Amino acid sequence: MIRSDILKELAPTIAEHLVVCNIGLPSQELHLIDDRATNFYMLGTMGLASSIGLGLALAQDKKVISIDGDGSVLTNFGTLPTIANNVADNFILLIIDNGSYGSTGDQPTYAGRKTSLAAVAEACGCENVVECRAEDTVQAVKDAIASDKMTIIVSKCESGNIKVPVITMDPVTIRDRFMGAVKA
Amino acid sequence: MVANDISFVTTVPCKQLAGVIDAVDASPDIYHIPSNKEDEGMGLCAGAFMGGKRPAIIMQNTAIGVTINTLVTLTQFYRMPLPMLISYRGELGEPVACQVEMAVHTKALLAQLNIPTYHFHREEDVEELDKILKYTFMCNKPVAILTDASFWKGY
Ligand SMILES: [Mg+2]
Repeated sequence: MIRSDILKELAPTIAEHLVVCNIGLPSQELHLIDDRATNFYMLGTMGLASSIGLGLALAQDKKVISIDGDGSVLTNFGTLPTIANNVADNFILLIIDNGSYGSTGDQPTYAGRKTSLAAVAEACGCENVVECRAEDTVQAVKDAIASDKMTIIVSKCESGNIKVPVITMDPVTIRDRFMGAVKA
Repeated sequence: MVANDISFVTTVPCKQLAGVIDAVDASPDIYHIPSNKEDEGMGLCAGAFMGGKRPAIIMQNTAIGVTINTLVTLTQFYRMPLPMLISYRGELGEPVACQVEMAVHTKALLAQLNIPTYHFHREEDVEELDKILKYTFMCNKPVAILTDASFWKGY
């Protein structure tokens, strides 16, 4: 399974929740599969999906799912201790770990080699860390939603991309629509 | 800050602003979330803003170099407000030469980014803070408040 397969399977499970989606192909794929006002698409700023999601979760009560990648978490490694030490039980960080920088041509990441993001998250103090196979991602997210506990999920999948169009929606429109959904 | 309903503040440690950071941490009206890098902090602030809170970041001017991409592609691109209370190191009274290297670029970089910039040099300059914060949330832009050593009366 590649990332887009996971997103397709996952879409109905996350549809009712606030989703902050990582820059590049993940956002483009989610936008193509199931565009919703509850999705915040990142058009730039690699690495900050987890930070935006945590800030959002701390600021209000609705559940927030940040869909991140292994490469992006490596870019913003400082996020894991911040998450661990600022517990928001309405926050789920889903790291889709395909061991590569998918949006830039599938260059390998260190997460695909010796570095375990799940082990790093635990070492940073995150209390509910789940590593799962791509096939088990939907169940892991369902469990995390049901647990009402801040959870970090590392979903190990294969690298690979599908052809998707870029998002042409204006960023202010994305933000305004999303904020409307947050308030609703 | 509390008077302007700012309730979510991220900070990166700074000697000159240590007292301010302590006050933020002690305030019952503010959720204080220290961040490990300033761009991470700006991500937290973006999320908090979309969650309905008024955020602010406290950082050093050296962070302007670290955060240009985030300011441009997140804060400005999505048109979000962000008051940046900045310790302006490398100004008159600075004991550390290396700080001057970034100080000489600070205002030029902020000008290049079209970020409204205010420089607090004398004690009474603080009187503008209230208006600056209102302005930030009125126009949904990042705004820089540079506070130098003379303003804070030395290190
Ligand atoms: Mg990846």
